[in-house]
Amino acid sequence: MITLYNWDLSVNCYKQRLLLSILDVEYESIPVDFYPGWEHKSAEFKRINPLGHIPVIVDDGYKLRDAHAILTYLASKYDPSGRWYPASDPHLLGETAQWMLFAEGTTNTASAARLHVNLGYEFDIEVLREGAHELFRALDEHLWFREREGLDWVTSSPHPTIADLAIFPDVMLSEEGGISRLDYPAIRRWTDRVRRIEGFVVMPGMFEAAKGAPK
Amino acid sequence: MTTATGHAVCTDPAILNQWYAVAAIPEISVAQVHRTRLLDSSVAYSVTADGECLAWRTAPNDATVTVDASSQLDWLPTRTAFGYLWMSVGEPPPDVFEVQESAEPDRRTLNAATIGIAVSAPRAIENFLDMAHFPYVHPHMLGEEPHTEVADYTTELRNGELWAVDCRFYQPKAAVSSTEGVMAEYLYRVPSPYCAMLYKSSPGDAERMDVIGIFVHPISEEFVRANLFLCLLDDVSSDTTIRRFQQTIFSQDKPILENQYPKRLPLDPRAETPIRADKMAIAYRRWLTDLGVTYGVIPA
Repeated sequence: MITLYNWDLSVNCYKQRLLLSILDVEYESIPVDFYPGWEHKSAEFKRINPLGHIPVIVDDGYKLRDAHAILTYLASKYDPSGRWYPASDPHLLGETAQWMLFAEGTTNTASAARLHVNLGYEFDIEVLREGAHELFRALDEHLWFREREGLDWVTSSPHPTIADLAIFPDVMLSEEGGISRLDYPAIRRWTDRVRRIEGFVVMPGMFEAAKGAPK
Repeated sequence: MTTATGHAVCTDPAILNQWYAVAAIPEISVAQVHRTRLLDSSVAYSVTADGECLAWRTAPNDATVTVDASSQLDWLPTRTAFGYLWMSVGEPPPDVFEVQESAEPDRRTLNAATIGIAVSAPRAIENFLDMAHFPYVHPHMLGEEPHTEVADYTTELRNGELWAVDCRFYQPKAAVSSTEGVMAEYLYRVPSPYCAMLYKSSPGDAERMDVIGIFVHPISEEFVRANLFLCLLDDVSSDTTIRRFQQTIFSQDKPILENQYPKRLPLDPRAETPIRADKMAIAYRRWLTDLGVTYGVIPA
């Protein structure tokens, strides 16, 4: 059984919940009082993760931290189709790694802006917003060209990968950080596609795709 | 009227002369200076090592690091109530309004969250007073389709406070300690324009009600930090579990609030089309008009 140290409002924890739901894998969630309790900074929690951040998973005694590393592990272990983490195809694997790194960028800009607005983290908000827009512009253009090729996802796979899931919540909640997606139509179409993946679940602040809308 | 930085200056006595909760006391690091804004004024506060709460007006680029009660500063009045530090940039009443339940020893009193929201204070309050959105915004928790009807209820003024009474709504999971869906009973209370509370039937006690409050700290006309106050009859759930439930609800409301346009609340009865379920919203808007509120609203 997988144990996930989780805070419902964390995008990085949500990435794990989303993949586990899509793969239909059962897990136990241990709520961490990230805010206002700052439990992840407590001496007790630092015995679980000395870096003092979430998410962390423990799978049958095997412990792993860092959102994108956990996605890699979970997809490798629990997706027998090998599509979510396409390790057997060098091109797709390279692209997946590339867009997972891109997701570090969206987390450190768009999602950091959200922490500033929501919880008062002392960041330079204008720098974060500018950084997020720069990434969103690149992503929007990339997805537009993908669509021209008849492809729906950030890699050239016909199937979504963990890279889509890693980027998705940073983008989907960007407005909480004051980053509008109005100028990124290809991104908006892509977020609609992600929300229609079978097994998709929301996190607080998101809504399910409209009922009955075309696939 | 605007400041040199283009911010509106609040001149409404009904808004200026109020207490505002700016932080939950357990979350304030002791002996440090915390800077914020209140009604567009730059202010700071600090809790001394002796537990004394201090607040003062600052210049926008203030860099004061330490203060004590003997410092020469533009002091502002403070109070502590229900676990929060309250302050005012006007001439407030002697005390923060009362929440009698907070003195009951068997209740759990805690701050569920203090969250920044890009919305005007009255829009945040009006959303808090609304039942009709429960099944759509808080599905499986505070409401569930097809149970969308808001039964008729009554609004009234009591000692200068706005109340809604006899409210009922079907809720599949009314509180973290709920085990089944219930017809939850609600009372709403607005003791000051930017603070609201609700009293709702408690799964833990048939005789008494849980109390949940939203104490809005207006930073500017279109940005607030909302303090979510809980005073519950629940001796089972952990603080983490209780907060988790309320934070989820709060986060579900956030995108709705932030996408309301105009951000300031229009007080003209013809500005947004109300339905019968919006009786409390209509009463709230009328009450703000009667109080002469212009800050955070589009006056009628």
